[in-house]
Amino acid sequence: MSWLWRWLVLVAGIGGWQLWASAARSAFFPAPSAIVARMYHLWFSGPAAHLFLTPDATGNILPSLERILASLAIATAIGFPLGIALGRSPVVTSYLNPLLQFARALPVVTMAPVFIVLFKIGTQMEIATIVFGTIWPILLNTMDGAATVDSVQLETGRVFRLSVWQQLVWVIVPAALPKAFAGFRLSLSLSLILMVFAELVGSSNGIGYEMSNASNAFDMTFLWSTIVLLGILGYLLNALLGGLERLVLGWHADMGRA
Amino acid sequence: MTDTTIPGDTVQSAGRTRRRLPAWAVPWARGTAGVAVFLLLTEAAGRLGIISRSALPLTSSVLARTVLLAGNTRFVADVGATLEAWAIGMAITVAAGVPLGVVLGSLPGVRVATRAIVEFLRPIPSVALILLVSLLLGPGLRMSVTLIVYGAIWPVLYNTIAGIDDVDPLAKETARAFGFSRLATIRLVSLPSAAPFIATGIRLASAVALILDIGAGYITGPINGPGIGAFVAQESTGASDLTVILAATVWAGVLGLALDLLLTGAQRRLLPWHQARLEDAQ
Repeated sequence: MSWLWRWLVLVAGIGGWQLWASAARSAFFPAPSAIVARMYHLWFSGPAAHLFLTPDATGNILPSLERILASLAIATAIGFPLGIALGRSPVVTSYLNPLLQFARALPVVTMAPVFIVLFKIGTQMEIATIVFGTIWPILLNTMDGAATVDSVQLETGRVFRLSVWQQLVWVIVPAALPKAFAGFRLSLSLSLILMVFAELVGSSNGIGYEMSNASNAFDMTFLWSTIVLLGILGYLLNALLGGLERLVLGWHADMGRA
Repeated sequence: MTDTTIPGDTVQSAGRTRRRLPAWAVPWARGTAGVAVFLLLTEAAGRLGIISRSALPLTSSVLARTVLLAGNTRFVADVGATLEAWAIGMAITVAAGVPLGVVLGSLPGVRVATRAIVEFLRPIPSVALILLVSLLLGPGLRMSVTLIVYGAIWPVLYNTIAGIDDVDPLAKETARAFGFSRLATIRLVSLPSAAPFIATGIRLASAVALILDIGAGYITGPINGPGIGAFVAQESTGASDLTVILAATVWAGVLGLALDLLLTGAQRRLLPWHQARLEDAQ
């Protein structure tokens, strides 16, 4: 029943917008039907062999997705192991803590011009910006998770004479995973924000680049199409992460709450 | 962080007591040492040519410029403008997000009905709206505040709902059994219990707000009025001087850290009945 309600409200909302937009003919708020039609023409009317993607879609949507996924992979590959290591070594952490807190508090957007100079405009600069922004939630949350492993679990591991490596794999990493995922969720939404930001600032393709073209041409339907596309991408990425979380953390009691 | 391994005022085996740092000072001393080593290493890397000086300026020049910027009236005005937009944006975010979260958290019917709309709005990255809002409202404070509220309201909203969900049903039933009205129950039981969650949401929101605040200024540039973002945008046109940009970045980081400390301090002061809980309900 509840899903029926949900969809009903959504359909009613979009329907209301459609009616209002066709009546008001606002230049800033095109009707949903016009946006959907534009999205179809722009991106999804390609040949079946290309999964119906147009060259415009493969030239802009795919690079944006690649940037997000590559950056998150790099941020996780560095942040997670480092977080486990630092979480288990409170002394080292106490030396690094101010630096880490500062790096996390740094609004990464001011670093974009620095990365532009260092990497020139293009994918490298965008990935650098996204990685620099998304690594801290993963790192700090993993640290927190690894630092607060239940001592009974650790002692049990010791009693069973698990090697350091076995303790790491069977006790510490599983205990740190829920917190790490919470950090990863934050990083995921940050990565979308930074992807768009980096592409607005310095890029020659991507969704942010298209968005900036649309705005320069004052093409509001185009601009709205890119916004809706980003909303759909964000929704899908979040759903994907939710699925992964259920798969990896299904055993965890606090699941569902995270 | 756990500091249990820190040898506090231990007596040395040599028989004479050596003055050691008191336990509370150890993290500070270590942190300072860490920062100092980091600065020295980066400075050395620059001077020895490991990091090319044409790519990145020396740490010492960045620090010197950072200090100089504090006396630059234009930059100080920019920081003030950034803070102003942050403060107005956060005030609106909290004033709207918390009551909305309480309503959605306590009325499951409304929550189910609005869920689809919320779930489709939330993933739209707030930066994506910079260009739309700047066309709609024109650049300026109104634009920055609108973007901040849109981006920052989600953590507040979601954490408030999670906090209301987390309220002990027994406490609520007890209040109801004593004849408290629904509103009184929310005010006396649900809100105090949800407060730590809400506080965490506000801290997450604050970081997002600062990013949007500076990011919007950077993208629209100086026509957006003063702000750290506009300052960086102006400095990075043409041959960008990385020393100034990095110095402004240091101040932006200091600002982010200061705001976070301020909110953490306020949380400890206002919610003494709860140890700071750091669960985030994102």
